[in-house]
Amino acid sequence: MCLGVPGKVVEVFEEDGLRMGVVDFGGIKRKACLAYEPEVDVGSYVVIHVGFAISVVDEEEAARSYELLAEMGNLEGIDLPQDPGGVRE
Amino acid sequence: MSDDHEFALRCPVPLPPGDTVLLGHGSGGKLTAQLIRDLFVPVLAGDGSELARLGDAAVVVVNGTRLAFTTDAFVVAPAFFPGSNIGELSVNGTVNDLAMMGATPLFLSAALILEEGLPLRDLGEVVASMAEACRRAGVTLVTGDTKVVERGSADGLFVTTSGVGVIPDGVEIGPERARPGDVVLVSGPVGSHGVAVMSRRAGIEFEAKLVSDTAPLTDLVRAMIAAGDVRCLRDATRGGVASVLNELAEASSVSITAVETDIPVLGPVRAACEMLGLDPLYVANEGVCVAIVAPEDAEAVLAAARANPHGEHAAIVGSVGEGPPRVLLRTGLGATRPLIMLAGDQLPRIC
Amino acid sequence: MRFVDEYRNERIARGLLEEISRTVTRPWTLMEVCGGQTHTLIRAGIDQLLPAEIELVHGPGCPVCVTPLALIDEAIAIAKRSDAILCSFGDMLRVPGSSEDLFMARAAGADVRIVYSPLDALEVARRNPDRTVVFFAVGFETTAPANAMAVKQAKELGIENFALLVAHVLVPPAIAAILVSPGNRVQGFLAPGHVCAVQGWTEYEPIAREFHVPLVVTGFEPVDLLEGILMAVRQLEEGRAEVENQYVRAVGRTGNLAAQAVVAEVFETCDRAWRGIGVIPKSGLRLREAYRDHDAELLFPREGGVPASESEICIAGTVLVGRAKPDACPAYGTLCTPETPLGAPMVSSEGACAAYFLAGRARREVSS
Repeated sequence: MCLGVPGKVVEVFEEDGLRMGVVDFGGIKRKACLAYEPEVDVGSYVVIHVGFAISVVDEEEAARSYELLAEMGNLEGIDLPQDPGGVRE
Repeated sequence: MSDDHEFALRCPVPLPPGDTVLLGHGSGGKLTAQLIRDLFVPVLAGDGSELARLGDAAVVVVNGTRLAFTTDAFVVAPAFFPGSNIGELSVNGTVNDLAMMGATPLFLSAALILEEGLPLRDLGEVVASMAEACRRAGVTLVTGDTKVVERGSADGLFVTTSGVGVIPDGVEIGPERARPGDVVLVSGPVGSHGVAVMSRRAGIEFEAKLVSDTAPLTDLVRAMIAAGDVRCLRDATRGGVASVLNELAEASSVSITAVETDIPVLGPVRAACEMLGLDPLYVANEGVCVAIVAPEDAEAVLAAARANPHGEHAAIVGSVGEGPPRVLLRTGLGATRPLIMLAGDQLPRIC
Repeated sequence: MRFVDEYRNERIARGLLEEISRTVTRPWTLMEVCGGQTHTLIRAGIDQLLPAEIELVHGPGCPVCVTPLALIDEAIAIAKRSDAILCSFGDMLRVPGSSEDLFMARAAGADVRIVYSPLDALEVARRNPDRTVVFFAVGFETTAPANAMAVKQAKELGIENFALLVAHVLVPPAIAAILVSPGNRVQGFLAPGHVCAVQGWTEYEPIAREFHVPLVVTGFEPVDLLEGILMAVRQLEEGRAEVENQYVRAVGRTGNLAAQAVVAEVFETCDRAWRGIGVIPKSGLRLREAYRDHDAELLFPREGGVPASESEICIAGTVLVGRAKPDACPAYGTLCTPETPLGAPMVSSEGACAAYFLAGRARREVSS
């Protein structure tokens, strides 16, 4: 529900007793609370909703299911986007 | 299952309840247009109604010379934002309004409204930026005014600049000149300025590799005009590219179809818009113009734009069709939908 | 943007559309629950690209839309107090109360601040110890963990001048209420992906069994929605009624246990009135006893007086339960527009009416 955006954790620190992180969303960064995902570390992708990580992106599952999707689109070898993005059209 | 109904942009919308000015009246969208159309133009436009033409600048003739004349107020908060400040903005903004008529900008005035308590150092920095921006744009600031208001009345400082320039013979540019078959260009990636400013606003701050795109576009425009028949030019400021396209469609009584995936957006700008739930097509720019060009000259004008440092990401984004006036967007999935004019500002979509 | 852009791939979307067309043999009515999903569907034009047999109706998944009118009025009343600061998510500001909205209140001088996160509101409280900072805690189960943490932090750090005005609503009771309502036509659901990221999908299993409806936990990008629709249609064609997960990259069956624990510590379920729909039992959250000194409704009790009054013309209730489409409302696009909204779904960016309007959908003539 609501706006949840995936981003990459690039820094982890503590603030007021809460585990916090800096998350990179395709080139922009914002602070977020990681208290609900204590296992994540730098490099993980998380889904952020109103400044909180509510879920970790399961990259293996994503890759597996995306392969099936790619077949559906008759696509061979998808170029997955790399962050940060350049100029996109 | 197709939707043939056109969205009637002229649907009668009652003025908002209440009898006071709302923030939305300043957003560059429908509320602004209403205020201008219903309150200002009927009262202020004299005979000949150059005012009613609603171009980026007015064109007046003095002793046989065509002058472009414009004014713009700058109330951006915060006054200092990534890449620039209100001073540079105020010079470039007015220079660009003149350039959008094909004019060579020459002289500027500046009226400053300062809030009591504004640090003189900040004022100094703003003024220095204005001087530098004038130098870069090739214009001279020749007159000004200063007022101070009580603490709390001016958000730091407000700047109003007016400018005058000369339109060379043979240059005919105006919002009403688009015709079916013409090609629509944008000169650069959209949404950068609005997002850069928002990145400093309290409550929704984020660290971004983003700077305002404010820039004087005189040389870019001159190169484009020299390369072919540029029929309309519009500075895509508040209200974004979507608002400009609607204004042009309305002024020329044509339809405009834009292709979403052809409109350039910088990666971090897109990411910021995703995070905040904003549509980059409605976000303010300060260094991007929309041009409507005769089809046979489109490639040449595009090449000329790309050869200029402020136009390196210029792109063809759409085409002009028959009226009635409306703007359509072809989405990434291949569906086509109307791209409407918003009433007020987009609020960051949060929840 | 990774994990976003690739789910907007046009060719995959077209491939899914073709597969849906090949799979469907009879008419089916599906409901996508979440406003964010509605938004994507309409903006991308997916409802117009689907085969005619599939009808999508839009659900009540817009927390802004279903926040009770009385709570909006109360938020406005609190904002107007000189000893309070009202913090809120952006799109609550234009939701009409009985006589005005928060935006107008702000224009008239009330201290109303837009924040991105409830932790930002907590920070405002820290910086303004002389006033009570009230955060308008709107949202579904997705947002409850964030709001819970903010008030838990307030307690832990001794920030006494921070309070929540709680308007939380829960999805499964709403789905059940829709399914039991007379005249319900919904045969399958796209369940809200981020609610399920927090809650998991165990609460939907009894619903699938009892009502024999498929529920597919679905994400928010065009490819997600199309894949979710395909999975739902396959179930319907095969006579199955299970909970399936399309949004595998972000959702697991049991959800986020850490988040659920903190929510359970701070909140408890209660009956809740949904604007336009009515009271749904046990469909809301309120602060537990231990946190009641951070409850804005107790700190600023509502004065009796003018009862909250809705526009008589607005049909938000029927739109929110999928019984009517926005473009069939007599006021759509004329009396009711985002700048002059009669009801919440036209002003919330997750509201179905706003989604239609902003995508330029014209009003339809509806034969009776």
